[in-house]
Amino acid sequence: MLQVVDLHMAFGTLEVLKGINLAIAERELVFVIGPSGSGKSTLLRCCNRLEEPVKGQVFVDGTEITAPKVNLNKFRQRIGMVFQSFNLYPHLSALANVSLALRKVSKRSRAEAGELAMAALQRVGLVDKAQSYPNELSGGQQQRVAIARALALEPKVMLFDEPTSALDPELVGDVLNVMKDMKDAGMTMLVVSHEMRFARNAADRIVFMDQGVIVEEGAPKDMFGNAQHKRTREFLQQVDH
Amino acid sequence: MSSFAEAFLNWEVILQYLPAIGRGVIVTIQIAILVVISGIALGLLLAVVRSYRITLVNWMIVALVDTLRSLPPLVLILLIYFGLPNIGINMGGFVVVWLVLTLVLAAFAEEIFWAGLLSVDKGQWQAARSTGLGYTQALLYVVMPQAVRMTIPPLTNRTIAITKNTALGTVIGVAEIMNEATTAVSFSGNASPLFVGAVAYVLLFLPVVYLGRWIETRFAWKKN
Repeated sequence: MLQVVDLHMAFGTLEVLKGINLAIAERELVFVIGPSGSGKSTLLRCCNRLEEPVKGQVFVDGTEITAPKVNLNKFRQRIGMVFQSFNLYPHLSALANVSLALRKVSKRSRAEAGELAMAALQRVGLVDKAQSYPNELSGGQQQRVAIARALALEPKVMLFDEPTSALDPELVGDVLNVMKDMKDAGMTMLVVSHEMRFARNAADRIVFMDQGVIVEEGAPKDMFGNAQHKRTREFLQQVDH
Repeated sequence: MSSFAEAFLNWEVILQYLPAIGRGVIVTIQIAILVVISGIALGLLLAVVRSYRITLVNWMIVALVDTLRSLPPLVLILLIYFGLPNIGINMGGFVVVWLVLTLVLAAFAEEIFWAGLLSVDKGQWQAARSTGLGYTQALLYVVMPQAVRMTIPPLTNRTIAITKNTALGTVIGVAEIMNEATTAVSFSGNASPLFVGAVAYVLLFLPVVYLGRWIETRFAWKKN
């Protein structure tokens, strides 16, 4: 469903990604872990070309989105993205946050976009907050609205960039529950996160990145039980409680 | 005290010239409204164009804006009013004052809007683009509404400061408040019409100050 081929990325002379190869099957939930600065977020941002890779290809559902003439705005609707800092539009209600792209990109009517947006809010359990503005919502609620904003476009793949890192601990659970529901509903998901317990329970595969390369990958029980590389073991010891 | 009243509050003089100053008020209002509309619209347009970051175009915008911001409006008014007829362009005083103040307000407004655009969090752009909105759509529906709200306080101040310069029209014979008042002073030999003019400015601009404050609170939203 999502395939990354020999992806290179650099900021100036700083090489952030040094040839990443990664294939994610339909309905698969892949967790990317690794120390900060390892290139996890950059990898995610290259997958919908919020960052332009220096070299390499990204395929979504068989189409190369790194091709020069691709209709990027159309394909970005197939790739949902959830950010660490939510990035809800503060001047719009939850409903308007979700329906904006439906109206302006998918060109749906106001009524139709409203219905689809309500359905997406229903999936994250926030129908009653449809008319609330972001500043009236808790962090967890904001992140769920942000998930609904991506879900409403019916993406093939969802990218999560540390979705719970900015949340108070007691709000993390709600967001993870929504992500679990999406997984159960068959969504293909690529998640950068430090929620190791969630990774252990929900992920199909864990990818460990360090210094711009994939060091090792495997099923959660293998990675947590007996990682092959010393760097992976050291990292997991530090973060896994 | 009585000599003060005689100098500034001579009712006989005031009543005689009140109709003329009233006509001046109308002219001032006309210029002011036109300047606010066209100046802010042009400033917004320039900021939007600048956000596309086309190098040559941006150089031209910055050069124009910086020049207009450093020139005293009076210099521009005199230059255009007395200079342009020499190359065959004749504009009335009303049009010259409107044009100059529009350009000056646009220059300041552009800088204010530009600062507002830059201060919108990058995450807003990324979120908008990630849902498939194009650059212009993200600008219009997501970034610009936030930038404009943030700019309301400085923009209100600057708009009032520049719109008050309609008084400069008096030097090129535009029959606005100051022109009518100074004419009345020279005919009557008494400063009361100027005092009335000053009161007229306060009555005219105080509501604008309050309107600005109202808009600020009306459109403010709590920051997280």
